[in-house]
Amino acid sequence: MTPLRQRAARLFALVGAALLLTSCSIIQIDSPLTTFDPAGPNADRIDDLFWLVFWIATIIFFLVMGALIVILVLFRDRDANSVREPKQTHGNAKLEVVWTVIPALILAAIAVPTVSGVFDLTGCDDDSMRVEVIGHQWWFEYHYPDYDIDTANVMVIPVGEETCLEMTSDDVLHNFWVPALMGKRYLVPGQTTLLRLEADETGEFFGHCAEFCGLSHSLMRARVEVVDKAEFEAWASAQQEPASLPAEGDPGYDGYQVFLNKGCVQCHTIRFDDSSASNILASDAFNGPDLTHFASRSVFAGAVLPGDDETYQAALADWLADPPYVKPGSFMPNLALTAQEISDLVEWLETTK
Amino acid sequence: MADLAHDTADHHPPHESTGIDNRKLGMWVFLSSEFLFFGALITNYLLYSNRAGYDGIYPAAIYDIPFTSVSSFVLLMSSLTMVLAHNALSRGDQNGTRTWLFATAALGAVFLGGQVFEFTEFIVEYGMTMQTNPAASAFYLLTGFHGVHVAIGVIMLLSLWGISRRQGELSEKHGMNLELVGLYWHFVDIIWIVIFTVVYLLSYPPT
Amino acid sequence: MAGDNQVTATAERPQSTIFKRPSSTKGLWGWITTVDHKKIGIMYGYAAFFFFIVGGIEALLIRVQLAQADGEFLTAGAYNAMFTMHATTMVFLFIMPASAAFMNYLLPLMIGARDVAFPRLNALSWWIFFFGGIFLYSTFIFGTSLPPISPDGITGNLAPGGGPGGFGFLADSPDGGWFGYQPNAGPLYSPGTAMDYWALGLQIIGLASLVSSVNFIVTVFNMRTLGMRLLRMPVFVWMSTVVAFLLLFSLPIIAVALFMVTFDRQFGTLFFAPVGGGDPILWQHLFWLFGHPEVYILILPAMGIVSEVIPVFSRKPLFGYSAVVFAGAAIAFLGFGVWAHHMFASGITPVAQAAFGLATMTIAIPTGIKIFNWMGTLWGGRLRLTTPMLFAVGFLAMFTIGGLSGVTHAIVPSDWQQTDTYYVVAHFHYVLFGGAVFGLFAGLYYWFPKLTGRVMSERLGKTHFWLQFLGFNLTFAPMHWLGLQGMVRRTWQYAPGNGFESWNLVVTVGAFIIALSILVFMYNWYRSRRRGDASGLDPWDARTVEWMIPNPTPEYNFVNPPVVEKLDHWWHLKYTEDEEGRAVRRPEADQMIAELEHSELNPESPIHLPAPSYFPFIMALGLPIVFYGVIYHTTVWGKALIAIGAVVTLASLIGWGIEPLEEPMPSAHDDEAEPEDEGDADEDEEGADG
Repeated sequence: MTPLRQRAARLFALVGAALLLTSCSIIQIDSPLTTFDPAGPNADRIDDLFWLVFWIATIIFFLVMGALIVILVLFRDRDANSVREPKQTHGNAKLEVVWTVIPALILAAIAVPTVSGVFDLTGCDDDSMRVEVIGHQWWFEYHYPDYDIDTANVMVIPVGEETCLEMTSDDVLHNFWVPALMGKRYLVPGQTTLLRLEADETGEFFGHCAEFCGLSHSLMRARVEVVDKAEFEAWASAQQEPASLPAEGDPGYDGYQVFLNKGCVQCHTIRFDDSSASNILASDAFNGPDLTHFASRSVFAGAVLPGDDETYQAALADWLADPPYVKPGSFMPNLALTAQEISDLVEWLETTK
Repeated sequence: MADLAHDTADHHPPHESTGIDNRKLGMWVFLSSEFLFFGALITNYLLYSNRAGYDGIYPAAIYDIPFTSVSSFVLLMSSLTMVLAHNALSRGDQNGTRTWLFATAALGAVFLGGQVFEFTEFIVEYGMTMQTNPAASAFYLLTGFHGVHVAIGVIMLLSLWGISRRQGELSEKHGMNLELVGLYWHFVDIIWIVIFTVVYLLSYPPT
Repeated sequence: MAGDNQVTATAERPQSTIFKRPSSTKGLWGWITTVDHKKIGIMYGYAAFFFFIVGGIEALLIRVQLAQADGEFLTAGAYNAMFTMHATTMVFLFIMPASAAFMNYLLPLMIGARDVAFPRLNALSWWIFFFGGIFLYSTFIFGTSLPPISPDGITGNLAPGGGPGGFGFLADSPDGGWFGYQPNAGPLYSPGTAMDYWALGLQIIGLASLVSSVNFIVTVFNMRTLGMRLLRMPVFVWMSTVVAFLLLFSLPIIAVALFMVTFDRQFGTLFFAPVGGGDPILWQHLFWLFGHPEVYILILPAMGIVSEVIPVFSRKPLFGYSAVVFAGAAIAFLGFGVWAHHMFASGITPVAQAAFGLATMTIAIPTGIKIFNWMGTLWGGRLRLTTPMLFAVGFLAMFTIGGLSGVTHAIVPSDWQQTDTYYVVAHFHYVLFGGAVFGLFAGLYYWFPKLTGRVMSERLGKTHFWLQFLGFNLTFAPMHWLGLQGMVRRTWQYAPGNGFESWNLVVTVGAFIIALSILVFMYNWYRSRRRGDASGLDPWDARTVEWMIPNPTPEYNFVNPPVVEKLDHWWHLKYTEDEEGRAVRRPEADQMIAELEHSELNPESPIHLPAPSYFPFIMALGLPIVFYGVIYHTTVWGKALIAIGAVVTLASLIGWGIEPLEEPMPSAHDDEAEPEDEGDADEDEEGADG
């Protein structure tokens, strides 16, 4: 017995040391995409459920691993010459029933909040604001039917109330995910899926397409800007304004000419104020983001640009110079623009507030 | 020596622990897998057959039920002749076996002919091809795979018939083969009964 | 290798009719024409290991790309191709054939049979698998990947001169994911032939598995030695049987799904094309209806192996044998009812989500039973921590982690956050690497003596284990964290500033440590085959009947197949129990072993074995030729290939039908040849899926 006890003592010392080390390791939550920093009731609810299950799983983990280590230490054969063989137990019905029933009970306990969570968090309230989300390779388009706004990459929603996303896809499957606000949901071509978003704090939240959607899946990102109600209304009415047509001599006029002459107009819509005849409406076949208020959006190119370490202008210039280089497979071609044309375009695009 | 060899060989596995011949058991096991193969194809058809909004014509709109009923009856009858072939062999009636085998193959071939006619009609008369809409795709995939199964059955039946003609009889070994082909043939028939009922009789185009 | 130095009792063979029948069991032709389940198992094993290395290299390329933010080591096209091929390879070309290797080699031995029920069919399975693997990988040479096309016919662009999207040697392989989600893997968004190679390659490989599952089921049900009742079979045999049933019922589903994809891609059907009204979610249902049982197809053989290894090195019987067996069957059964938990984010109804969530939770119960029973086996044992035992215990620990993280996926709302992130990648690598691969290595170290008559080096084996254990945890544990921090799966690049960089670097280092551990294993294998210690008949003091015959296994397996009286028959021949219930070695045990060493090597008369055959090899060769033709069916030579392949297959079918399984022995009566020609049964197999 004494060696057994010694072994046990040594074991507990080891386990203690391991636990100490684990608790000392500092875990930093520094990702804008983290699921651990929920900013709304839906994500909160999921987070609570996660931690409930996490702690149960952690307890089971330590029990099982602890038992395994104890067993290995206690029963390890240290004396190869010993003739003392173990008892030949074939099983124990009582014990086996116990370790069948206990997990079943734990699971039953977890099942309750799971099922209620599924039903509570699926679908939308009837009176919540709708945003139609349309997935494209590789950017998200947002259409606000109540306001007749069409925008891309950056979604703006009011704080403290539910926004209902009615989602579909123009091509392949996509998956809209803003971890701080809600779990993810597919965008399926030919079908509509619903996702409710709600934030209880203002700010900018990061998102990502989570379903593999082809070459540039990793470059299909999203932003959600949560603003207070007044700010949202202001934003909406600004978005409803048409763009202003640059006159000759205005800043951006040259860039606008490049836009007209280089074929950009085939894919990108711009709505002007003078007459509907001069509005540029992309044909159905060529569907790029609506550029009427391009410069009002903090990010572009699938919310990938500008990155952390570059200016807006530089990123825009890089993007225009060679879109398929930035985004492999991009439907926006490399138009072989000259440096002058690019800087003109950048100048004009910056005016499209 | 010879006897000993016999001994070890026989002592070795008391072959067929279950008492069912290996090949027969294998065939049963294999056919159980085939049920799921057709189950998936039929489900696939049912999912697509009456979804509204497709371009082109729906298969259920152009079924010729009387015609297909006749060809289904032909295929059903072939199961009967298959049983008769098996029965004849167990009575040692080699001539009868041959006749019924050929009859089974012939009925199968008639069924296949009917299917070819049906497909041709659908494509030429109604312009419903595999590319028309998902319902048509699913229809052709399902009935096409069934047709391939029937065709393979016909080839196997004709092989047995050929062996029987060449050798004048079917040996004990080929008797087992006949049983296996019979199992397969009945399976193909049963699947057709399901297809005929579910796909032809109980399926309607969207209103 | 195995059996080469044995008395070959089938040396004199008369020639069969049409072809000169192969007669040599040695050399290259001996391997090509063999129908011996052991040789086939060995070939499966080496092929699986080869693909393990290939898939591992693909994983390392992925890890180098992801070692830092905005990595540019691979192009996006190459990256997507690498993760697709890594998964496809590891699932279909490594773990499945590795399990098939164990089943082939061991199933007949463990039930006291001389071979499987249909030896030539077994050879056919192997060659179909082998050519299927070559077919799939030939995409690197012949396949093409092209940028996507929008529904309106506009083609996506790649940067001039290649750029980060560039397609090249690596990228001209399938890049739509091993899950092939539609419509991304369909004709519009994955043009080029690479995904056709994928779909048709999997079709071929699936056919191989289907044929062998029929074979194994019949073998287990019909070929057991006297007294080997179902509940006396080793757990590995049980788990293999369960796997065979899983294959039997799940493969037809994926066969249909792959046919649908192939028809969409080749013949313009509209199954999954949203523009024509097709439903891309149907593909997911079909794929996961196969794909989830597939997970158990991958893990159950390893569970079987561990259930053999743990009792041997605990010197105790398996705790709750029947509970472990039934838990395995229950896992398999439930495994057919949980597929939609892969699709919780797809927009299926809340009722379906709740139901599939609950069903998924129930799987934790039989899984828990297994884990606790293994621990019950360890408890009170006399644990010898040899290499196989270390891997088995490693399996137990790592699989527990995978199981616990699996339960978190059943918490549906929680899964909405986790799905499609690295958290899932972490989870299933704990199950499939920490589980299946650790289990397979336990089996390799444990049964190595059966192949070679030698034991592997313990020193190198333990080095291998600890390196792999360390590398594995460094690689996959941080992925849990990365996923919860928001790193999505299948991502070619990730932006800096997300807090992903440091852990990704750790993961990459871990991956290379795993690679190092595999090198140690390879050296150990190479060295021990030549210079390992001789094992004798029963190196581990084992429990099951495959250890009653000399090592390496004689060609004919058993001279005198045992008449089984108990579960763990071999152990009970060696040991009895005292009043306390402790094992006591019988005094006659050593004498018995010595006698077996002699008698099992010296049959008193020639033993009749199935004769080698060319036909399985030739027939399997025909299939990929047909499928190449299907890919290029619009061209004349494509049609020619279909015709040539069909002729090759049909001709060998006829040859097969005419050729008897066993050639009559000169000294024996003709009618002794067992009527075991499975030619026609086989015709049906072909017809059904070919």
